[in-house]
Amino acid sequence: MNAPDLGDLYQETILDHNRQPRNFGTLPGANRTAEGFNPLCGDKVTVTLHVEDGVLKDIRFQGSGCAISKASASMMTESMKGKTRAEAEALFQQFHRLLTGEPAPPDESALGKLVVFSGVKEFPVRVKCATLAWHTLRSALENAHQVASTE
Amino acid sequence: MTAPADLRAPRPRDAADLRGAPASFDVRRVRRDFPILDQQVFGKPLVYLDNAATAQKPRAVLDALTRYYTQDNANIHRGLHQLSERATAAYEETRSKVRRFLNAASDTEIIFVRGTTEAINLVAQSCGRTRVGPGDEVLITAMEHHSNIVPWQMLCEEKGARLRVAPVGDDGELLTGEFEKLLGPRTRLVAVAHVSNALGTINPVKRLAEMAHRHGALVLLDGAQAAPHLGIDVRDLDCDFYALSGHKLFGPTGIGVLYGKESLLEAMPPWQGGGDMIASVTFEKTIYNRLPYKFEAGTPDIAGVIGLGAALDWLGSIDSTACRAHEDDVLAYATRTLAALPRVRLVGTAREKTGVLSFVIDGVHPHDIGTILDREGIAIRAGHHCAQPLMDRYGVPATARASFALYNMREEADALAAGVRRVLEVFR
Repeated sequence: MNAPDLGDLYQETILDHNRQPRNFGTLPGANRTAEGFNPLCGDKVTVTLHVEDGVLKDIRFQGSGCAISKASASMMTESMKGKTRAEAEALFQQFHRLLTGEPAPPDESALGKLVVFSGVKEFPVRVKCATLAWHTLRSALENAHQVASTE
Repeated sequence: MTAPADLRAPRPRDAADLRGAPASFDVRRVRRDFPILDQQVFGKPLVYLDNAATAQKPRAVLDALTRYYTQDNANIHRGLHQLSERATAAYEETRSKVRRFLNAASDTEIIFVRGTTEAINLVAQSCGRTRVGPGDEVLITAMEHHSNIVPWQMLCEEKGARLRVAPVGDDGELLTGEFEKLLGPRTRLVAVAHVSNALGTINPVKRLAEMAHRHGALVLLDGAQAAPHLGIDVRDLDCDFYALSGHKLFGPTGIGVLYGKESLLEAMPPWQGGGDMIASVTFEKTIYNRLPYKFEAGTPDIAGVIGLGAALDWLGSIDSTACRAHEDDVLAYATRTLAALPRVRLVGTAREKTGVLSFVIDGVHPHDIGTILDREGIAIRAGHHCAQPLMDRYGVPATARASFALYNMREEADALAAGVRRVLEVFR
């Protein structure tokens, strides 16, 4: 009957990052920042970065949102630290594939522990929650000051 | 929960019920009129608690729509043929039904619009633009839906007028003393929700209208959430405008009503131009049609109007006093049941409430509540309820909102509580 189980969505790692988000706050001395909104639900996130020589030296996020959006932002900051811009973009693409299956299934080895978000795919209305911080990071990388939206 | 004197007044249509047979309301029988309720979601019986967003439709409404499109479909007010006559008659009969539902003085005071939002915009754009000037004020409350905020903001911006906002207390009640203090010689219009969509608070609108009128301001009541639950008597309330949506009142989407006092509507310029709102047109001058057609430009939602008529007929077959008692009982029961759970905090605990139970759970975002309840077959709304300033007031980004209609039962409140317990398990 109910194919996707709630446990697939709310995995322990996700609940843990929801309770204790990593890299939460504003990065002092950040040289990139972007705000993201999900107008559908009012969720918002701010991502602050320090980019040096094309490398994401440090990253933090702040905002309010559901467990999925908070955990996704938290785990994104962990995965992104030390990545070059090209590596960050590649990870963004893999994460997008993980959640949507488009344009092709992801390379799970590239995602590492981010695969805990695979269950989100079965909850289509929650995909935007999981991608908000990622879109925000992307616009921070593209421009110094940006507002990203899931719409 | 009891209502204050002005709200306890019976609906006009049931004055006879009070004198007649003892009140009775058989919720299981009522539910049989709603085919959609009889289904399973994720293998669980559907528990539909999103009625403040939109209500389900009784079979009588669905049948009326089918009948109209299979037998009577034609444009109205102009056809010389039989079908057009039938469609026109059904459309205009609904106007009379709405007039009786609201206890308005005349059919000419009933304007069909798309919904509450359009009704408010009509008043803001037609009446507001002629009455509000630089330095004038429009007064609303902190518990308004965006649709009773933004049209007034747009008007005030255009006219250089000022939007004033009466505050609400921690319990979700309007601070009527503060409201009164904000009224003054510059107040031209006052727009207030009869019932708050996010909190369920019933505002003492008759008293508020009296206060506003003492200062010469006109009063619009947003009745979107009140109409499905309360008896409405626009003459007793003495409001100048009353707006409601058909789809929250068990009718189709896309149809709503603006009531306005005839003298005011007469003086107001048309809002939209087009067919049906004219008496004669030349390139030099157009003579506008009489009320209510002056405000109904273009082919209206004829089927929607007829469906709304069927919804009002269906409501008229319900003993509304007993129905209100049932609704109050279910809401009070759900409130008690939920309030007893750990980590649950109710948002909006006004003494006079109807239909809405907003809550938050410590450590759980409302969206996660919504997803988990959905898997239990329970439909609620999670979000800001188009009332972001109100969410800011209570320091929450969003709430979970269970909203009830006359067909909901205590058993569904139990299901909600069980669902919330499941949320607490997942988010230990």
